[in-house]
Amino acid sequence: MSELTRLTLAEARKGLLAKRFSAGELTRAFLAAIEAGNKALNAYVLPTPERALEQAAASEARLARGEARPLEGLPLGIKDLYCTKGVRTTACSHILAEFTPTYESTVTQNLWDAGAVMLGKLNCDEFAMGSSNETSRFGPVVNPWRRRGSNVGLVPGGSSGGSSAAVAADLCLGATATDTGGSIRQPAAITGTVGIKPTYGRCSRYGIVAFASSLDQAGPIAKTVRDAAILLRHMASADPRDSTCADLPVPDYEAAVGQSVKGLRVGVPKEYRMDGMPGEIEDLWQQGIAWMKAAGATIHDVSLPHTKYALPAYYIVAPAEASSNLARYDGMRYGLRREGSDLVDTYEVTRAAGFGAEVRRRVLIGTYVLSAGYYDAYYLKAQKVRTLIARDFEEVFKSVDVLLTPTTPGPAFGIGEVAGDPIQMYLNDIFTVTVNMAGLPGISVPAGLSSEATPLGLQLIGRPFEEATLFRAGQVIEDAAGRFPPPERWWA
Amino acid sequence: MEVDEKTVRRIARLARIRITDAEARALEKELSGILDWVRQLDEVDTEGIEPMTRVTPMTLKMREDQVSDGGMADAVLANAPARTEHFFVVPKVVE
Repeated sequence: MSELTRLTLAEARKGLLAKRFSAGELTRAFLAAIEAGNKALNAYVLPTPERALEQAAASEARLARGEARPLEGLPLGIKDLYCTKGVRTTACSHILAEFTPTYESTVTQNLWDAGAVMLGKLNCDEFAMGSSNETSRFGPVVNPWRRRGSNVGLVPGGSSGGSSAAVAADLCLGATATDTGGSIRQPAAITGTVGIKPTYGRCSRYGIVAFASSLDQAGPIAKTVRDAAILLRHMASADPRDSTCADLPVPDYEAAVGQSVKGLRVGVPKEYRMDGMPGEIEDLWQQGIAWMKAAGATIHDVSLPHTKYALPAYYIVAPAEASSNLARYDGMRYGLRREGSDLVDTYEVTRAAGFGAEVRRRVLIGTYVLSAGYYDAYYLKAQKVRTLIARDFEEVFKSVDVLLTPTTPGPAFGIGEVAGDPIQMYLNDIFTVTVNMAGLPGISVPAGLSSEATPLGLQLIGRPFEEATLFRAGQVIEDAAGRFPPPERWWA
Repeated sequence: MEVDEKTVRRIARLARIRITDAEARALEKELSGILDWVRQLDEVDTEGIEPMTRVTPMTLKMREDQVSDGGMADAVLANAPARTEHFFVVPKVVE
């Protein structure tokens, strides 16, 4: 049965339609894998086996009647940032306590309407603030990958670390994730999985716990480029409940997978060649360039002059928006409440008890940069720099169709290794954060192994709403590099 | 140092987060480090540049001004830490 969990989403879809196995068998195989492996990996914070079996039974009936929907019977994991009706949703924060939504996020509703099965809620950094999944109230997730000859626990990236680990370890066929500064692409890169952050406005944010509203986007983490294309098509939609969600039809992204890149103009931005970048990252990048060239694309050197300012600008904009969004956690209407001596005291002790150290840090930074006398120097300045970053991209996209860069400055690091220095942790997002600042789509595709025998990814960045181009170009990397399943199932 | 301990206490008060003395001292260092680092934006000439207000060219959607949802007091109150009938119970607001 465990062989079923090794299938890609596209293979499982085919197997179900050909009746080689049933939806019930498929779901039970994943539930058994979670039962056996989750203790070591900590990817799921709340498995939902009863719900999964119920949905699988309904799918089985539909498949038998020949009424299969596009994702009929395909088991997925859901990041704990997505509100799921009747299923505890915490954003992996103590402040949400046992919060159990009475409504469903638009993205997950779209998935259930397409026939998908929910295996459970996945671990993540608290309120998606982190690059290593170490800020979760439920503790860190362990990367299914290990360094050669070592059993030191590595981080799966963050904030969508439960999503990336679960997909890499075959604890689901695919997972939902969210990306505010790199939280889909960085974890995908360092677990050997595919992750796409679509254009801002492509997926509805309704029912997704807010971190930084002008940057947050939903997207999938999957085993292959094709699987990511299938999932994104059924996550994205227009939505009257999110006024920033685009009123555009969702294309059949899967149709783009396998299409030729002959004549595609690939830009290589020189500013991504950072000082002190490890040689293996540079080598990986050059390899990616060679693969694109061999597939018929043309390569062009381009310049994005404001790249180095994206990360500091992000660490003004994102905390500012977070401090505003997280003001709602006041202990009055839902979530944790600690009684204080009066109203303000109740607010203060509730928020002190409910927020972890990184969340407190960002709320305080955000409060400071928005406070009287500092707003212009920090927040307004950062939003102006953001305009310049977006202009850089607009300019280069006049002469190229897609940009190719590394996804991360290095491979997975050990749990606890980057603790203590927030800025060192923030630097993980140096290649991914520019894309959020400009609202563009970006995909990370596994491309090779580090000197420690752990995965590395390459990132492709596209024009707004041209996700199809990313899937087309991403498949070229996957075809050339191959897939990267972890070499050993030590957790099972 | 961008911020001193007094400033840390002031912003913690504004953010409605209680902090201990030890936390205030640690935060003074952490927040100063982060704020020093973001000040590199001062190198960028932003004279005459409009601040970004939306990342993609979109205009805010309008909808019909009509009731589309409601009548779900039980659902709204379902997660309340304290409630009585259809009311949230909160600490005394006005003395």
